[in-house]
Amino acid sequence: MIRKLAAILLSVSLLGAARASEPPTPQQRVTETLIRNATVLTVSHGTLQNSDILIRAGKIAAIGQNLTARAGARIIDATGRYVMPGIIDCHSHTMVDAINELTYSVTSMARIRDVLNPTDVDLYRELAGGVTTINILHGSGNAIGGQNVVVKIKYGRPLEEFIFPHAPPGIKFALGENPKRTNFPPVPGQPRRYPATRMGVAEVIRDAFTRARDYRKGWEEYRARVTRGEKNLIPPRRDLQLEPLVEVLEGKRFVHAHCYRADEILMLIDVANEFGFKVRTFQHVLEGYKVAREIAAHGAGASTFADFWGYKIEAYDATVYNTAMLARAGVNVSINSDSDERARRLNIDAAKMMRYGDLSEDEALKLITLNPAWQLGIQDIVGSIDVGKDADLAIWDGHPFSVYSHVETTLIDGEVFFDRQQDLARRADVERERARLEQAEPNRAPAQGGGTPPPTPRDKRTAYGHDDDLWDGGDEKR
Amino acid sequence: MKPARCLKASACLFMLLASSLVIPTVAVRAQQPSSLTVQQGASTATGVYVIRNARIVTVSGPLIEQGGILIRNGRIEAIGTVNAPPDAQVIDAGGLTVYPGMIDAGTSLGLVEINSGAPGTVDLAEIGDTNPNAQAITAINPHSAHVGVTRAAGITSVLTLPRGGLISGQAALINLDGTTPREMAVVPSSALVINFPRVVAATGGDFFSPPQPLNINEAISTRDKQVGQLRKLLRDAESYGRAQDAYARDPSLPRPDQSVVLASLVPFVRGERPVIFNADRETDIRAALRFADEMHLGRAIIAGGDDAWKVATLLKERNVPVILTGVLDLPLREDDFYDTLYANAARLQQAGVHFCISTGDTGANVRDLPFHAGMAASFGLPRDEALKAVTLYPAQIMGAADRMGSIEIGKLANLVITDGDLLEARTHVRFLFIGGRQIPLVSRHTELYEQFKSRQYQ
Repeated sequence: MIRKLAAILLSVSLLGAARASEPPTPQQRVTETLIRNATVLTVSHGTLQNSDILIRAGKIAAIGQNLTARAGARIIDATGRYVMPGIIDCHSHTMVDAINELTYSVTSMARIRDVLNPTDVDLYRELAGGVTTINILHGSGNAIGGQNVVVKIKYGRPLEEFIFPHAPPGIKFALGENPKRTNFPPVPGQPRRYPATRMGVAEVIRDAFTRARDYRKGWEEYRARVTRGEKNLIPPRRDLQLEPLVEVLEGKRFVHAHCYRADEILMLIDVANEFGFKVRTFQHVLEGYKVAREIAAHGAGASTFADFWGYKIEAYDATVYNTAMLARAGVNVSINSDSDERARRLNIDAAKMMRYGDLSEDEALKLITLNPAWQLGIQDIVGSIDVGKDADLAIWDGHPFSVYSHVETTLIDGEVFFDRQQDLARRADVERERARLEQAEPNRAPAQGGGTPPPTPRDKRTAYGHDDDLWDGGDEKR
Repeated sequence: MKPARCLKASACLFMLLASSLVIPTVAVRAQQPSSLTVQQGASTATGVYVIRNARIVTVSGPLIEQGGILIRNGRIEAIGTVNAPPDAQVIDAGGLTVYPGMIDAGTSLGLVEINSGAPGTVDLAEIGDTNPNAQAITAINPHSAHVGVTRAAGITSVLTLPRGGLISGQAALINLDGTTPREMAVVPSSALVINFPRVVAATGGDFFSPPQPLNINEAISTRDKQVGQLRKLLRDAESYGRAQDAYARDPSLPRPDQSVVLASLVPFVRGERPVIFNADRETDIRAALRFADEMHLGRAIIAGGDDAWKVATLLKERNVPVILTGVLDLPLREDDFYDTLYANAARLQQAGVHFCISTGDTGANVRDLPFHAGMAASFGLPRDEALKAVTLYPAQIMGAADRMGSIEIGKLANLVITDGDLLEARTHVRFLFIGGRQIPLVSRHTELYEQFKSRQYQ
């Protein structure tokens, strides 16, 4: 224990020493920033050449040519560079310490907000891919899963600053193989959980909303009697499982429904109609193309993979033209990652949709900006480069749809949270710090006279994993 | 997707199974792998084609701004100024660019259709630790949906590797065309695949509980035992080969027992064919190189190679090539720089190491190959090198550069014709040739699109 403490103290002091000699931190608060002479992909109103963007108090204050900033403003020369709105990933499990609360089939009381880890380094790697906002969802193990949280990747800041202000709350639903638990081993010592079929998945959801409707009625009756002046009333018992579902019924909480097959998509639309709520997004929705009309008529969005497919049976009847077919049917479509890895290259996933289905450049850009913003109810705050919106921007050294481009700078609310040049400039210091730490006595292996056995090597995390099915984050983060 | 992650991890669960090799003692007539060699090209080629007015990126030679290519008998017969023979079908490629087909040297394409929930479609890993006689070419499904999906993206050939265990089996270099595995084969037994043992500091663990940390000394000793197991098996194979040779020369000698397992190893321990060592971490790559030296394996290849940039000097010195499968993997360590794996290829190239870029995927995502190379290019790899890393270099590393990997006279006509840069996601593939056959650009994905598009647009 003492040795561990010593190791921690040592690393803290070394980190401190390294930081003292660094240039100003990228997250230093600057009130005004001027990005000069960029190609601006506004997403909402086309591409502007040789344009400036003025940022004041975290918002986009002006877009145009020959803009000027106050003295002391940060000036970013973006000559030859491309600026796009920060990428929004509508399906993420980054920075969570747990993904699936698998004990019940209805876990609407569970909150992802409670298991966030703001120091997850994958957040930084996503910033380096131009991502600024992520929708962190509960896993897909339950027909009705937990509550989501939308965050801005303010890496390095306290957790409270990550939470996206005024983003409507949401909840994860899941249909098909995952809530059925067909691809997973049974929990030792426990009987198999209901449901085991798509029939059961539908009934779990119908049962939950039937209870939620009754619960809501109970409260309405109670309030009506209070209003009538009745005395000595006992209020209904609060039910934390049903409260979020009442919010769904009242249109105050978005449903993000994991799904694959066309039949289960139609099932949820029917259930939603029966109880009078709307599904905000169908997630993954690989067979959405088969029922694009019905999805469009319901008014739901579709948040899908660009071309990830075939990893299980319900992901086999997929086509890479799904996005284009849904978009042509009038559905709001986004491309998501469901992976800390793929989140880093959503720009290329969006560009693929110009190849597969011939979306225009602006349509393809919307798949990772304005469309997911709508799906999360934050389209008036982020998702395009417009005056008054949050200054969440990614600056690229070339067109973001080119494989040869990379992000130079990522800003959130006008502050720099990733800058490649600063990252490169820090590396020598980081290397020295690492070497010192590795030589420090508490960090040496016992065989080298130290006290700490080497850590368990982390499993390799490949490009084609996805996180939805994990029991909890521990699998991935160890 | 635990299974998929597991499959790609070089050692994984199979290494932890302490099953030992049981060499069959029954005398079985050893199948000489060389007898599997087939003549690809002649059997499938049809037609004479002329591609004209094309921009031709030969990869091995200079760029041709405008020219033609004559295809006959499955091969490239002429390049540049080409007169169309009367029997030729002419493709006007004005405004288009011809590239050699891409090659992914790190897949398991054809051995698995659906990773999870359909075990009947998975033929990736045999039972047990040492399966040198497991041959991918016997189990590749030519009718897998992955074939059409992958080639339509411009990837015309792949190396299909079996997975799992210490010795996974023999990889096959195939063209993505043909109605039987043998028609697809370019080199049916292209390389032996070894998951080089590594220190696994945790053991057990399943879906419901994380692996338990191991005593590090135990973990090291387990690794050493596995290396010993490999060493013994390869030495046994050398002896086996010598004994069989001696008996062939002098039948008066006692007849040695036959073993399918040892027989399958003979060409590899003799250095006649390459051995692929899956190894990612620096210590494991160095250990694999030492092992290859010790066993006098003439043609060692490192696959995976996440830490290869740290071993670049040695790799260059030993002239050992690397099949990089991790350009788009997340960095191995929390404190690795964000672009460590993006920039790996550039660092190898600067150090003069022979390398190629692969997706490392089992099948469905092999079509992503150009974007792996593109990412390497956006982090320092020159663009022409990025293109070579998915065309000429994998062909060279697999010893097939006389047949594929560039546009040269006499090579197989594996050609992709595009409306833009081959590695760009926005580019469309317009025409495709494999072994001189024009391949329709249809796949399971275009078929579903055709089937359902009218329903949506009514």
